[in-house]
Amino acid sequence: MDLAFTAGESAFRAEARSWLAAHVPCTPLPSPETADGFDRHRAWERTLYEGGWSAVSWPEAYGGRGGSLLEWLVFEEEYHAAGAPVRVSQNGISLLAPTLLAHGTEEQRARVLPPMARGETVWAQAWSEPEAGSDLASLRSVARPAPGGLLLSGHKTWSSRAAFADRAFGLFRSRPGAGRPHQGLTYAMFPLDAEGVTVRPIGRLDGRPAFAELFLDEVFVPDADVIGAPGDGWRVAMSTAGSERGLALRSPGRFTAAARRLVALWRAAGDPGDTALRDRVADAVIRARAYELYGYGRASGDGAGAGTAESSPVKVFWSELDLALHETALDLLGADGELADTDWAEGWTFALAGPIYGGTNEIQRDIIGERLLGLPKGRRG
Amino acid sequence: MRFLLDAEQKEFGRTLDRMLTASGTPQAVRAWARGEYGPGLALWQRVADAGVFGLAAPEAYGGFGPLPAELAVAFVELGRHCVPGPLAETVAATVLLAHLGGTGPAREWVPRVCAGRARVTLTLPGGGPYALDAEAADAVFTVTGSGLLSLSPGHGPVRPSVDPARRPARPAGGGTLLASGPAVRAAAALAADWAAFATAAQALGAGLALLDRTVAYARRRTQFGAPIGSFQAVKHRLADAFTGLEFARPLVFGAAVALAAGSPTARAEVAAAKAASCDAAYTAARTALQVHGAIGYTAEYDLSLWIGKARALRSAWGGPAECRARALELFAQGSG
Repeated sequence: MDLAFTAGESAFRAEARSWLAAHVPCTPLPSPETADGFDRHRAWERTLYEGGWSAVSWPEAYGGRGGSLLEWLVFEEEYHAAGAPVRVSQNGISLLAPTLLAHGTEEQRARVLPPMARGETVWAQAWSEPEAGSDLASLRSVARPAPGGLLLSGHKTWSSRAAFADRAFGLFRSRPGAGRPHQGLTYAMFPLDAEGVTVRPIGRLDGRPAFAELFLDEVFVPDADVIGAPGDGWRVAMSTAGSERGLALRSPGRFTAAARRLVALWRAAGDPGDTALRDRVADAVIRARAYELYGYGRASGDGAGAGTAESSPVKVFWSELDLALHETALDLLGADGELADTDWAEGWTFALAGPIYGGTNEIQRDIIGERLLGLPKGRRG
Repeated sequence: MRFLLDAEQKEFGRTLDRMLTASGTPQAVRAWARGEYGPGLALWQRVADAGVFGLAAPEAYGGFGPLPAELAVAFVELGRHCVPGPLAETVAATVLLAHLGGTGPAREWVPRVCAGRARVTLTLPGGGPYALDAEAADAVFTVTGSGLLSLSPGHGPVRPSVDPARRPARPAGGGTLLASGPAVRAAAALAADWAAFATAAQALGAGLALLDRTVAYARRRTQFGAPIGSFQAVKHRLADAFTGLEFARPLVFGAAVALAAGSPTARAEVAAAKAASCDAAYTAARTALQVHGAIGYTAEYDLSLWIGKARALRSAWGGPAECRARALELFAQGSG
């Protein structure tokens, strides 16, 4: 048992660090929740791609770097330590790509993944509906057969990045009469500028259009854009749902970087006599280190712990840690803690959504109880 | 990098688990709490025979160490099975004496401690005034803040602990001076880190036992016509207890790696592990008590053995505030 990086891993870190030092914008990009800011972030994705860093863990054939899980963790540590921009391609790279790699056809991978890696196609997720949130399987949007494909109709919502994204992937009911709610669902990809699609941006808590609702009226999708077998969408979606909840979506490097900034803030602005606040800073440090070590354990493993249910405690852990880090920082800022134009305030707004998206933390606790602890299923609510 | 237990380390844990399961530890714990040490000392000998007390001591003094990862594996099992006695103190004593080296107390005591032929306990600067289970020990060592290592001539009255199987007592003053000076202070600081580390692993084990027993109870116990574990209010508390323990574990083994490497951050890593595993164990204890309800609030029910231990271990070898203050050093070097 060790935590020693090999010469190759250290060289990888050095290469990532020096590339980031040379390329990360000196002044922060405008918010990706604005049209101009989004374009700038898209351009940054292209820069990352040209450096070979946009999809570290993907196979090289699709525009990735063919890196190991450990290399990806190292890259993420360096990325966040460098204060590099938010990844607007995150949904595609960490949610859709694993699904395509597991369930897509070779044609789909070759067609979809390279433009995703280049930042040319930015993806949004279209799962939730107004009446299907935590109870996702009760979704009502439909996919009706049409010559050569499907016609999608319905109302999707809370679709992150959809205000400015190019395409979306989602779940649709293709067999309304199926016995149970999660049967007869189909996983499909569609363009957000297609005929029949209306995108209505929604202001998140701070008013910025970080997500959107989508109205679909007989949107044609060719058979080639269905992932997995028609009717098998639930299994396809759930088999990679762990990506959204676990390490892949929010890597430890994000939190260790924030914890280091928090300690620096504590040293600069903390009252040494305020041991209550000092304990909160320390607690955030301890939890960030725990997540970092957890990641190293996973990267050392043989895939054990990578299942969908195993990602549930991870999601609860990082989403609560993210809030604790930012809440503690805002408390440290004194009167400036109310100002909205600080990185900490921006991070806090972002962190507030963590316990909600990707399946609420209450749903994760159900999964932990039932699938990891073996407790009996109960009626929800 | 390979931050995983290997097959041999896992098997070591399973072997201890089987041995302790077959040993009927709750009876030994209850006897120990009454000051009847016989069954506990028989158990102690089996733990020694499995090699546990030699894991921190070097071969020169009859040990196999330092092997902190194996020590963590062992102490998780000792905690899981609620094994009584001055466990972390024994580890600390072997580290203290072996680190001082020479042919005096190290040669006299460490090989016998490793073999289970002598039981020792101690106090160290910053570790509180009580020598755990001094009454059951063959020797009580003390180190003062000024760096005097002595063999205490005895101990004061046994004080009650919230864990009845822990029997703390103040060492008597005076005694035989064994060593003094900066080397003693340095060895004592290292020994205290190992004591905190062993306590962290032991607390993790206690927490895992509390969770396991409570999950089993929640599956079995029926109210309103359904197993109580099917209710979200119960399920979610258990899920949180699980998550806390799940993320304390990597910190314990991260501390093991740091101790093995003699890393300058070892003290901070140990402190982080101690804070997290003691928090997680105590959360598991509160959850266990609440889910069991009134039956959990009885001394007669064995759950009480772990509840008291989870509380007591938090205060031993560095409380939450002390550990957090030290853990701040982990990320103190700025970004990058």
